[in-house]
Amino acid sequence: MRMMVVVRATRDSEAGILPTRQLLAEMGRFNEDLVKAGILLAGEGLQSSANGARVRFSGGKRTVIDGPFAETRELIAGFWLWQVRSLDEAIEWVKRCPNPFDGESEIEIRQVFEAEDFGEALAPELREQVSRLRGES
Amino acid sequence: MMATDLQRSIDALWRIESPRVTAVLSRMLRDVGLAEDLAQDTLLTALERWPAEGMPDNPGAWLMTTAKRRGIDHLRRQKLLDRKHAQLGHELASEQEQRWADIESAMDDGIGDDLLRLMFVACHPVLSTEARVALTLRLLGGLSAAEIARACLQPESTIAQRIVRAKRTLARKQVAFEVPCAAELRGRLASILEVIYLIFNEGYTATAGDDWMRPDLCEEALRLGRVLAGLMPGEAEVHGLVALMEIHASRSRARVDGDGRPVLLLQQNRAQWDRLLIRRGFDALERALNFGPVGPYTLQAMIAACHARALTAQATDWKRIAQLYDALVRLTPSPVIELNRAVAVSMAFGVQAGLDLVDALAADATLKEYHLLPSVRGDFLSKLGRLDEAHDAFLQAAALTNNARECALLQQRATDCERATDRS
Repeated sequence: MRMMVVVRATRDSEAGILPTRQLLAEMGRFNEDLVKAGILLAGEGLQSSANGARVRFSGGKRTVIDGPFAETRELIAGFWLWQVRSLDEAIEWVKRCPNPFDGESEIEIRQVFEAEDFGEALAPELREQVSRLRGES
Repeated sequence: MMATDLQRSIDALWRIESPRVTAVLSRMLRDVGLAEDLAQDTLLTALERWPAEGMPDNPGAWLMTTAKRRGIDHLRRQKLLDRKHAQLGHELASEQEQRWADIESAMDDGIGDDLLRLMFVACHPVLSTEARVALTLRLLGGLSAAEIARACLQPESTIAQRIVRAKRTLARKQVAFEVPCAAELRGRLASILEVIYLIFNEGYTATAGDDWMRPDLCEEALRLGRVLAGLMPGEAEVHGLVALMEIHASRSRARVDGDGRPVLLLQQNRAQWDRLLIRRGFDALERALNFGPVGPYTLQAMIAACHARALTAQATDWKRIAQLYDALVRLTPSPVIELNRAVAVSMAFGVQAGLDLVDALAADATLKEYHLLPSVRGDFLSKLGRLDEAHDAFLQAAALTNNARECALLQQRATDCERATDRS
């Protein structure tokens, strides 16, 4: 199964303060361990929300809101995609992550939907798509 | 921490740590079976102590240290310590002389090497293929006998026995716990790659029964391949195998329709191909080509990459694929590769060209029971409008396959030929 592992933002990350050399080295080693274990699929750091934007959806209306955004704790600063065998395994790996920031921070783990998870809801659409494709080829 | 939470943590932890613990113990004791026993003892100690004492801050290090102490205690009890010290001292003769504690920390640095040694031993050619698969899943995957049994559609007792016998064979044949020398390396590495690819294919296509996919085995094989690529980064074929598996795995969502029916490659909805895995596959392929020479897994990955690159089936570069199959047939001739080449040739140079190749294969008596041969022949014949012959070929293929869904597919194609004949 896949897990998305999300590092939540802090005031520092939102202020654009870059990690210390020591932290970069420790994070580097942690990422290396993930690679060596064969479970790291992807991972990126995200710039502060000052360089981002939001699009608000309200019926047919779309409103663009420029960053930065105030609610720091609801923002993300980075993510990984891991291939693991269980949520427990992801938790054990996350525990080994060096503290991403000074002081308190949170790392969230969320399971990625696989095709099987969609079950019945997906089947009719997919069936239709597949028959269309079969007719075309 | 509640008891069940701790249990789950320990289980997850053990899955992560047990291969390395077993590897280091194997190195100390020169006996994989004994190493696994002591590793299990270590786990039991954790299960006994941690509920009361709490989980240590660095549980991985705790497990490793405890395991090593067990190993040393065992050696002492066996009065082998002095002999061992001398043996290790001899092995480290090129490095400075070290006391026992230093030897221990030298082992620490070599964990990657120990893991690699464990892979070579688990995949040793003295074991049967099934034994290698079971032992690899156990020692390097940390899967229980029950889990291996479920994944491989075998009874648990069969797998448990298979593992016990494998360890005994390794001990009896005194298989050395080492990375093979340069002369043997290619062949021994090929054995590991074969096992990993077998595990992948076991998960990717069932040869009997109704279900086509058992995703857990695919993931485990991919993971083992990536681990091996990290341990032997200069080996082209390891990267080639990883590339091949990543790209195959990228299609898993598109391979089966909502009813669980298989969807052929050329008919798959490519929007459902996992672009992340495709990119990872291309990256691995680049590494393989970097380190060369081009071997069979790398060639197969290059073929898979041709498909992955094509945004639609119509955009496929069949001439390139046919070329790659030519090279592959020269390296590793086999019926399935010859058939795939015939299909590629038919797409690149016309159906008759493909049929000519297949008819040449049909003359081979050893391929009489091979269901894909009449299946492909039927496809070519139907495209050439020779529907009666196509119908017969499809029925022949249906009779030869073990897989229920594939059988149904082939019978449907036979029926379609009949209908088309009736209409004309």
